[in-house]
Amino acid sequence: MLIRLFWHLALLLGLSPLLLGVIAKTKAGFAGRKGPPLLQPYYDLARLFRKDMVISRTTTWLFRAGPVVGITAPLVACLFVPFGAIGAPLGFDGDLIFVIYLLGLSRFCTAVAALDTGSAFEGMGAAREVTFACLVEPTVFFVLIVLVRLTGSFSLGGLFGPALATGWHTAAPSLMLAIFCMLVVTLVENCRIPFDDPTTHLELTMIHEVMVLDHSGPDFGMILYGAAMKLLLLGAMTVGLALPVSLGSAPLDAAVFALAMLILAVLIGVVESVIARLPLLKVPQLLIGTSLLSFFALILLLR
Amino acid sequence: MRSKQSVRIANGAKTPVAQIPRLDYDTFADAVLAEFDSGSRVAAYFAAQAAEGGLELYAVMARERNANFALFRTPLGERFQSLTPNCPQLHLFEREIAEQFGVTPEGHPWLKPVRFHASWRTGHDAWGREPGTHPRPGDMEFYQVEGDGIHEVAVGPVHAGVIEPGHFRFQCHGEQVLHLEISLGYQHRGLERLLAGGPHPASNRQMETIAGDTTVAHMTAYSKVLEGLAGQPAPPRAQAIRALGLELERLANHVGDIGALSGDVGFLPTAAFCGRLRGDYLNLTALLCGSRFGRGLVRPGGVGFDLDGGLDGQLLATLDGVQRNTLGACRLFFATPSVLGRLEGVGRVSRSTAEDLGLVGLAARACGVPRDGRFFFPTGVYKESFDEMITDELGDVFARARVRHREIEVSLNLIQRLLNVLPTGETASKIGPLSPDSLALSLVEGWRGEVAHVAITGGDGHFRRYKIVDPSFHNWSGLAMALRGTQISDFPLCNKSFNLSYCGFDL
Repeated sequence: MLIRLFWHLALLLGLSPLLLGVIAKTKAGFAGRKGPPLLQPYYDLARLFRKDMVISRTTTWLFRAGPVVGITAPLVACLFVPFGAIGAPLGFDGDLIFVIYLLGLSRFCTAVAALDTGSAFEGMGAAREVTFACLVEPTVFFVLIVLVRLTGSFSLGGLFGPALATGWHTAAPSLMLAIFCMLVVTLVENCRIPFDDPTTHLELTMIHEVMVLDHSGPDFGMILYGAAMKLLLLGAMTVGLALPVSLGSAPLDAAVFALAMLILAVLIGVVESVIARLPLLKVPQLLIGTSLLSFFALILLLR
Repeated sequence: MRSKQSVRIANGAKTPVAQIPRLDYDTFADAVLAEFDSGSRVAAYFAAQAAEGGLELYAVMARERNANFALFRTPLGERFQSLTPNCPQLHLFEREIAEQFGVTPEGHPWLKPVRFHASWRTGHDAWGREPGTHPRPGDMEFYQVEGDGIHEVAVGPVHAGVIEPGHFRFQCHGEQVLHLEISLGYQHRGLERLLAGGPHPASNRQMETIAGDTTVAHMTAYSKVLEGLAGQPAPPRAQAIRALGLELERLANHVGDIGALSGDVGFLPTAAFCGRLRGDYLNLTALLCGSRFGRGLVRPGGVGFDLDGGLDGQLLATLDGVQRNTLGACRLFFATPSVLGRLEGVGRVSRSTAEDLGLVGLAARACGVPRDGRFFFPTGVYKESFDEMITDELGDVFARARVRHREIEVSLNLIQRLLNVLPTGETASKIGPLSPDSLALSLVEGWRGEVAHVAITGGDGHFRRYKIVDPSFHNWSGLAMALRGTQISDFPLCNKSFNLSYCGFDL
């Protein structure tokens, strides 16, 4: 149990910022640039945590609470998600709903913190973020229902466990659709292109970034770290779907998982490099399409 | 009958001011509106201190089909009847006159300050503001929409990127923009007043910094005004080198803009390539004159630098490689479906709106309005070598991008032809004294649109009034109209597709 917790936390805290570095490096490669060092996100976090904060006088404690929940909720949620063959340290029947709503809680607090600033931009960003979140939720749940139906388990640890490996023999089409849906969810939830552009400076087009414009220093560092963990969490679910295999030894499993996550990060970098961002109005259409696709995956399974 | 009411002159020509009939205001208004109704448009419209005392109002109407300009003038009182209700493209010109001279255009539907400076005639202020105080930029009543679910978004003057200052006020219903009001003036330097009594030794430098990205176009317009007033055109070789500089300026900006549009839609490859290629074009300009922005290249009477020592061959060789990369980056951009899906139908300006507002340059051409100074009012080498005016139809962001793309091809071709048959001879001539009591005008098609300069000299041969009209002055209203009914998240993209100058507007 303790060893599992150790591997889990090591992967979570150590690997998550690296994913951002790999995405940035991949994009730089496509642009013909050298790009920032792979470890730049770590340097950024270190820099932010050493900084002072500027806090608007119009804000209340809600503004400070946003980043705290923004880092703790994904941290706790990650403990329920198996990282590849490394089982989840925590788990109970029905924890899948708990995990999804932990992420919902973090989003709620970020949005409330954004509204608390009273800025027109941040209100706009919060409205966009929660709208898209509503549309993503059905997809996530349909994918989870597919897994529940397939494995008979109600805990994330069971969903991505050995039962899933056998499930691939009987329900490969459903699982393929589920992987695609999870990939889309990973991109939306982590505000990647084509849904959002994490590198833009244009505050009117931002979705997630605009909500955290007023945060600075350690608060902003917590938000970035929390976002990196969220990327790892959703990525882990995608990878878990695709690679339900175990090599039997914890270090080896950890290495396989880390490698798979890095490949996923490269994939995200490639997607960001070769397509443009969707118009904001098209995003809901695409998300509804993904929901239908995940529903179809369920129907295929029930057939 | 109308010919008695106005004087017609060609681009780059001069006329004695006394020859322009001094109409009374009502006749002037009728004549200008009749000219407008017959298809002409306003190139410049400004007030000046009359030689006889008092104020005078001048109208310079561009007559595209006749390749000349009609000049009108009238004495101006403290109040005059606004012509904006009948001729919307005058709206900003009349506001400018009201701000500069403290006169009131009666019946103007949108009378607000333009650049927020104190009136040039102390004691006269169109808004009755305290004399001696400096108005604060943005200090005015903004148009407001009220109702359920309406919210207001204010952007700038300090922006998230390193760009020029300007204030944008959106009235939104959810994500939809109902109205955008643009308030500029943060970079007002008082250039027109600095030029009074000129040309001064510093005037050259000031002209080159009206808008830094349009250095060559503004400097060429200024030089042509001086040459017109002195009656000495620049030598042919100088004209060809000016055209080279102008087209390189166009290429650098068009390529940079396509890259910036690509960056705004989050399409990485073209953004990265065009960013670098823009630098290549700037470096070509630096090969010409040592300045990446073309400063020092154009001088009254000719050009400051000749193409010597095989420089033309070097330019051609460099251009060859740069051209291949540019066309490749553009092709990738226009062949990517996700990019096209993001650009098409966004920020549409209809052809009739473009004509009503008097849009110029590529913003007008993208709406299908044929408007290109190189085509309709050609001077120098453009007379023989330019016949490819690019227009598009839909007036959306995509059309503005596509016009740029096709103009890049035309400019590349033009530069190569120019370099192959460069005239020989002098590159500069010393220009003599300027003729007194005259008006000269010149219109140069910069990359953004037409740059119009008008000079009126006094009895001593110095400027009594110098009027500068940057294309941005015409086009900012076009951006405001493009935003009507679009998504607020599309604003940066629309803004980039126009890419207007703040300092060129603010003067």
